[in-house]
Amino acid sequence: MGYQIPRQKADRLFARLKQNYTIYAPKLFAGDGCFSDTDIIRYGKITDLDEIEWNRRSDYSFKEALLAINEVLFYFTEGETTVPPCPEKKLLIFLRSCDLHAVKRLDTIYLKNGAEDFYYSRLREKARFVLMGCWETCDTGFCASMDTNRSEQYDLYLKLSGSSLWADCKSEELQPYFAEAEGTVCDVQPDSVTENKEKVTLPRKLSVESFQNPIWESYGSRCIGCGRCNFVCPTCTCFTMQDILYRDNANVGERRRVWASCQVDGYTDIAGGNSFRKKQSERLRFRVMHKIYDFEKRFGFPMCVGCGRCDAICPEYISYTNIINQLAKEET
Amino acid sequence: MGLDINTKKAKKNAYRISKARGIGASRIRVPGGYLKAEILGMVQEIAEKYGNGIVHLTTRQGFEIEGIRLEDMDAINEMLQPIIELLDINQQEPGSGYPASGTRNITACIGNNVCPFANYNTSELAKRIEKAVFPNDLHFKIALTGCSNDCGKVRLHDFGIIGMTMPQYDPSRCVSCQACIKGCKSLSVNALRMENYKIIRDEEKCIGCGVCVTKCPTRALTRSKKKYYKLTLMGRAGKKNPRLGEDFLIWTDEDTIVKIILNTYRFVKAYIDPSAPGGKEHIGYIIDRVGFTEYKKWALDGVELLPETKIKDCVYWNGIHFDR
Repeated sequence: MGYQIPRQKADRLFARLKQNYTIYAPKLFAGDGCFSDTDIIRYGKITDLDEIEWNRRSDYSFKEALLAINEVLFYFTEGETTVPPCPEKKLLIFLRSCDLHAVKRLDTIYLKNGAEDFYYSRLREKARFVLMGCWETCDTGFCASMDTNRSEQYDLYLKLSGSSLWADCKSEELQPYFAEAEGTVCDVQPDSVTENKEKVTLPRKLSVESFQNPIWESYGSRCIGCGRCNFVCPTCTCFTMQDILYRDNANVGERRRVWASCQVDGYTDIAGGNSFRKKQSERLRFRVMHKIYDFEKRFGFPMCVGCGRCDAICPEYISYTNIINQLAKEET
Repeated sequence: MGLDINTKKAKKNAYRISKARGIGASRIRVPGGYLKAEILGMVQEIAEKYGNGIVHLTTRQGFEIEGIRLEDMDAINEMLQPIIELLDINQQEPGSGYPASGTRNITACIGNNVCPFANYNTSELAKRIEKAVFPNDLHFKIALTGCSNDCGKVRLHDFGIIGMTMPQYDPSRCVSCQACIKGCKSLSVNALRMENYKIIRDEEKCIGCGVCVTKCPTRALTRSKKKYYKLTLMGRAGKKNPRLGEDFLIWTDEDTIVKIILNTYRFVKAYIDPSAPGGKEHIGYIIDRVGFTEYKKWALDGVELLPETKIKDCVYWNGIHFDR
């Protein structure tokens, strides 16, 4: 149901939500960018509507709210292991349409790809999603090309405009908060874009021969293997394991899982010292093919949601969208 | 009527007396070397109206308009006025040109206006110092550089200001990719290592260059909110004893630097050799004569250092000695 809620009442509503939910939203971290006096927008816990960055796409995606960059799986002492408890509060995660489509990709990997992942599953059950509208396209995104520019799968849609909060609440669980907020019932439709500056055509006839395409060498020679494209991506889900042993007693410690990047050294290392994808060109090819080809072969839809963050963050100005379009063009 | 020029006054008014009789040059100081492009047009106009059409880009980020006739100085000063105003140069009497030339133009690398390595806005700080010290006839050279690369060559100056940042590490964002460690090793001083998959920074070794921050792909490493500086002292070229400036304060702040520079002007007034030719004796030589301990007492008068500031209690300079 749709509501228009005056700002003061919206703040009271937000305070009530805060009591029962940990709220994650894109936030401006002033001065935390790579370079001096530059900012970064990434996810953080918020306590106030004004902390939310409504206007610009976040540099890093929402995924860290569901998949911590470092997550302790268990602590071990000499004879036993302890699994850290799941946070008690439910989660309210603010995100845009492309990212809401990315949740489906995370679910596919962690819940529908063999056994359910215990840690993801227990947090995911607690997560509710608040859609933020896009009234104009971001610079590098291509959601319209990927059909992710609209989403109906939200629990709540919120928009802060003028002196009002506009809401469309689909979730029964959240409905009571709005019923008692004393807003005006009205029709609220999420803002969405229908066209982007970037337009992408996915190649449809990729084959084993594509492995030999000179495009990989050409872009691979520019890649520095920093992994930013993976870390900002809302659909990259890879992690590695780390066992931390106490220095004085190596039988006591913790096991963590930590975000991994298929572009960074070490990703394909195996016991015995071999490594499968040594060259940056091979790593880059793997990433692109995974996003637009082999994931789709398995699950029926492409992994990439077209958020455009990888293009925006690449310090070497490697354009993933250009690579895809070049591959598609060669097919015609 | 013969040409009658007070050359001392002309020099202090930022004119050069050239080797050609009756011909000089107009020197335009640009603090921090950062200027609106419209000034270039004004410089061109003066050069073509009163000069010989040639402009030298000086070694201290100024313009020198060549081939002017010394009797045109007043007319040139009128034309310099909009430049002086755009550059916000301290001036007591409008239309009188640059009011002093002893303290040299405060130079700066491009800094964080543009450069990814820089740790602060060099031209802004250059302008702040300019406002604090000019006009001044004492011979000081001050230069600023954004990071420890020292593209500004500040260690050849009496005061060298080098931007620093104190890396802030959030282990919960660190993915152990080691980009910071590799960057620090190849581009800087190898102050980082990994222990239990997390980064340890050797605080003794770290020079606050910020390379690790620029390399971090997850924002586990970020810059300190506070901007820090290294202050180096009494580097110089020259005939007697060219030498690099030595570290005095490490992890200091802007206010402290400005105070120390102003204190140094007081020190120089107290100790300058009254018989020095042209009333000019470089600070470095005064400190050589008086001793660093006495200088330090003056420099730190009324200064409260940050708790994190490291101070060098004794500073020795080496360099090449042609005077022994």
